[in-house]
Amino acid sequence: MADPLLEIEDLRVEFDTRDGVATVIDGLDISLYSGEILGIVGESGCGKTMTALSIMRLVPVPPGRIAKGTICLQGEDLLQVSEKRMREVRGNAISMIFQEPMTSLNPVFSVGDQIVETILLHEGCSKHEAWRRAVEMLDAVGIAVPEVRAHEYPHQMSGGMRQRVMIAMALACEPRLLIADEPTTALDVTVQAQIFDLLKDLQDKTGAAIVLITHDMGAISEMAQRVVVMYAGRKVEEGPVDEILTNPRHPYTSGLIGCVPHLNADLSGERLPLTEIPGVVPPLTKLGQGCPFAPRCVKALEKCRLEMPPQSVVGEGHRVSCWLIENNGP
Amino acid sequence: MSKDTLLSIENLKVYFPIKKRSLSTAKSFVYAVDGIDLKITKGKTFGIVGESGSGKTTTALAVMRLVPITSGAITLGDQRLDRLQGEELRRARRHMQVIFQDPYSSLNPRVRAGAIVREPMNLMNIGDPGERDARVSDLFKKVGLRPEQQALFPHQFSGGQRQRIGVARALATQPKLVVCDEPVSALDVAIQAQILNLLRALQEEFGLTYLFISHDLGVVQYMCDEIAVMYLGKVVEQADRISLFKEPLHPYTWALLSAVLSADPALRDRSDRIRLQGDPPNPIDLPPGCRFASRCPFSEAICVAETPPLRAIHKGHAVACHLVSDDGVPPQRRR
Repeated sequence: MADPLLEIEDLRVEFDTRDGVATVIDGLDISLYSGEILGIVGESGCGKTMTALSIMRLVPVPPGRIAKGTICLQGEDLLQVSEKRMREVRGNAISMIFQEPMTSLNPVFSVGDQIVETILLHEGCSKHEAWRRAVEMLDAVGIAVPEVRAHEYPHQMSGGMRQRVMIAMALACEPRLLIADEPTTALDVTVQAQIFDLLKDLQDKTGAAIVLITHDMGAISEMAQRVVVMYAGRKVEEGPVDEILTNPRHPYTSGLIGCVPHLNADLSGERLPLTEIPGVVPPLTKLGQGCPFAPRCVKALEKCRLEMPPQSVVGEGHRVSCWLIENNGP
Repeated sequence: MSKDTLLSIENLKVYFPIKKRSLSTAKSFVYAVDGIDLKITKGKTFGIVGESGSGKTTTALAVMRLVPITSGAITLGDQRLDRLQGEELRRARRHMQVIFQDPYSSLNPRVRAGAIVREPMNLMNIGDPGERDARVSDLFKKVGLRPEQQALFPHQFSGGQRQRIGVARALATQPKLVVCDEPVSALDVAIQAQILNLLRALQEEFGLTYLFISHDLGVVQYMCDEIAVMYLGKVVEQADRISLFKEPLHPYTWALLSAVLSADPALRDRSDRIRLQGDPPNPIDLPPGCRFASRCPFSEAICVAETPPLRAIHKGHAVACHLVSDDGVPPQRRR
């Protein structure tokens, strides 16, 4: 395989809190190839968004700090470069779309102006040319009469339209990597489906790699080729999507799939209780030595509480960190 | 009314007037709920599903008498709710309680959890103080909290636990009807299952009747016995759980089901899914005819001209669409 576009190695992010140091990401390795959609899934507080912010180098310092590790974009370690260089990278090589399109657009500028701003910042073109490109981008994301719409303000648009504007802005400089942090959570189902279709289409056209952050296994299944499951800042399982969905090996992954009432193809009168993952994500300042999931795991062994499980390979590109696999073989 | 029916809604309309922009413009309305009929059976869960702006929450609020009703009749048991006023209405509220969507904003941050659950009983004068204490402890146990947690404040609980407090508060007055307005959509995925399982266990134990509002079809399929699909203030399809999901008739229902992101590879790779274009139209200037016609991939001339009535196709399965044939073949099956 070719060299990865993005390679995260042994990343560790810490936050100082009143209760001590919280390790929000620990020992994270992720590699991402051009043209790929990688899903990152987990509950809130599992470090999904922190991973995205680390890639963009937007972790608030202080109280946060990137304590260890490398994040290489095509061989360039983003954690070492200057802030000036980083500003060139953001919005250009790497873009991000956020969960809430209302709060991430500026209410006092027209959407056209906001896209133009991004283009002018990164490319040495005239204002007129930038406006033309902005209208072109709005057209590409499926906004009708883009010449007129470009003059409108965010409050004049629906949630779905705003998210389209965000996507247009993110893709304006043809980034090689797009990070989508829960891009559809605030939208209606039918609009959500439209946005996902749009992202897929645009990705086919531009060949950008996408990191899709979500808590919805359904979205992962529809969009991604590979998935990383995170829990309490650690990667617990990683593999091809269909493999993970049909044959999850980590108890947390199976919990995440089983705890959501999915639409059922063969429906019967009988309804079994949903699988529950008892308890909540523990405070990250209070993690012990062992597997962070052990206190909530129904299958936990004595060993799980004492020692962090190593990563084991259980299939083609399918890796799990769990003592149960280690003990019973792949 | 049959004796199994707990709540019946007849031709309910809720219109919200919009402020006039100038003297010359006519007064206009948001047609939030525009003539719906529902019957909810005792001990069952009735689901209302739809996108934002479809009127599902307004329907629930109208049942709770929390929004002014434009016209229509709402009957709970043998009591006409829509006519009640003042003290009578306040008394009737003990029979209907709500579980709200957001467990963060629906609990008073300055009141201890035990007092929050106890308050409805104080207001309704239920039992003597000793009985109320006992009932609060009992409810805490029933919803999976420890009785000593009564002394804590809401911020000391996690989101799932707060929703459990909300459930306990709703059950405190032993209501006949519990309205669940998106009870799990603000919760983390892994916590949703805990609350849904709890709601079903409590229903079994106390024979509760739920009016369940949700936009999540997976949750609705799991929870509800009977379901109404709403679009822009109208019910477009109504059926029991099995027939609605196995044989959706209305193109809108079909589109909603198609739009759900499925983790089941068999459903995901179906070829007959349809995608809707655009957003739901503005509920102020409603198009004449079928309200879905502007987004419907099958719409014909008649759809724009005439409003389709809700008509029964099979027993217990009604649909409002001109294009569904009388023997129940929907347009999406005729391609």
